[in-house]
Amino acid sequence: MKYLCLVYFEPQALSALSADDDAALTRESLAYDQELDRRGQLILAHALQPVSSATTVRVRNGKLSTFDGPFAETKEILGGFVLIEARDLNEAIRAASGIPLARLGSIEIRPIMDL
Amino acid sequence: MERDDGPTLAKVEAVYRMESRRVLATLIRLLGDFDLAEEALHDAFMAASDRWPTEGLPGNPRSWLISAGRFKAIDRLRRRARFDASRDELARRIEEDMDQDPPEAHDIEDDRLRLIFTCCHPALPLDGQVALTLREVCGLTTEEIAHAFLTTPPTLAQRIVRAKAKIRDARIPYEVPGRDELPARLDPVLHVIYLVFNEGYSASSGDALTRHELSEEALRLGRLLVELLPDAEAIGLLALMLLHESRRAARNSPSGELVLLGDQDRSLWNGDQITEGLALSERALSSPSFGAYAIQAAIAATHMRARRAEATDWSRIIALYDLLLRAAPSPVVELNRAVAVAMRDGPEAGLALIDEILGRGDLADYHLAYSARADLARRLGRIDHARADYRKALALARQEPERRFLLRRLAELGDQGCRAE
Repeated sequence: MKYLCLVYFEPQALSALSADDDAALTRESLAYDQELDRRGQLILAHALQPVSSATTVRVRNGKLSTFDGPFAETKEILGGFVLIEARDLNEAIRAASGIPLARLGSIEIRPIMDL
Repeated sequence: MERDDGPTLAKVEAVYRMESRRVLATLIRLLGDFDLAEEALHDAFMAASDRWPTEGLPGNPRSWLISAGRFKAIDRLRRRARFDASRDELARRIEEDMDQDPPEAHDIEDDRLRLIFTCCHPALPLDGQVALTLREVCGLTTEEIAHAFLTTPPTLAQRIVRAKAKIRDARIPYEVPGRDELPARLDPVLHVIYLVFNEGYSASSGDALTRHELSEEALRLGRLLVELLPDAEAIGLLALMLLHESRRAARNSPSGELVLLGDQDRSLWNGDQITEGLALSERALSSPSFGAYAIQAAIAATHMRARRAEATDWSRIIALYDLLLRAAPSPVVELNRAVAVAMRDGPEAGLALIDEILGRGDLADYHLAYSARADLARRLGRIDHARADYRKALALARQEPERRFLLRRLAELGDQGCRAE
């Protein structure tokens, strides 16, 4: 079963890191993606550009509205995602808990709906 | 037509009731679905009521019920398969699994653990964990659980429906956690059991201070857990609950008024529960993996060992609170430690600690913090401070017996108390 792991964190938490710690976090994150891949669990993973680069669109009554920013202002912002294959939720939890940013922020795990 | 030597319907019911929880736990594993398993269990009971009076009690009623449940489930699925092909697939899979050997005794005990850990999975909302555990593990009806938690059956039923849906949609597996994950996964189980116990020990709001049946259920759950998984914390929790429960008869005056631990008639304490609780407490503490529950049990044990309140070993209690603060730091633990310090070193010492906690902004809405500080102020003759804090406590207390207690204290200080909220 597929699960989407949404990686949330407070931007301050990341900017508070020293340059060395920040580089280490990036290395660990990429290494973990590779580990998930080796286990056959990784489908797709990406970090996202900062929330300042976000754009939100809505279409109501055939009319397009475009806004600057994320759809909702939140303290913890969406910073990346990892789409994984896992046997069940416990396996997904184990995979998500290994994501390095789980130590700094929160990982939301959502099962994919098969339409 | 019943045989002369066949079991009566009452006997069939009795045997069923004894086995139903275990059978359900196994059926959930075999059928892969809570609702399907519940229906199967019900069908198996119907079949048993039908056939045991004439055929006699089977040699292994448990296996019989599991088998019957499985067959009935396959029947149901086949009938529904006419409208939903996936059910036919499920029926076929269950049938294939039946060719394997019947469940061994230890498998069934594992199934009960699987059930407990699934119902108490941290991915489920807490009220769902509690409702599901009481329903599936303890076999309480939706009405009984709703009544116990002062809510309506539809509300309770919704919690159960949502919990089952989450198990299904997120695919929470029916398994016992591996050794590495066990400590983290055991915590929610212990939390649910203790929550149920506390709900029964002191109802969260309303008139009666205790709801005996819930605490009994929690004790039963605690015993089951220790039987299946003799972990130090599980043992510690059972010890703690037994030691609390042993004081039930002394906790209320005959007119239903609150009696504090120090004022209780110790002859009303339940000796058997104390003996068992003390033994379990020692056992828990002697294990290298003891934690917060074992320490709390040790604190309770220290209280219980004193023949009279004046003989309480407060130094030991303070030392145990120090340990508890390292295992599970919290302002409430600090408050309880402060009360113990006051008992050993005098009210001033305890007051300073409570001032520090409240001064920080912690426990600002906790009525016991104010009532504890009021009590110390009262002992030091600081009547104005005592009155002010008793009033604050009164404004926050939700149980009638506690409110009456606080009003009495205020009356003793010459204060008629606040108008009723």
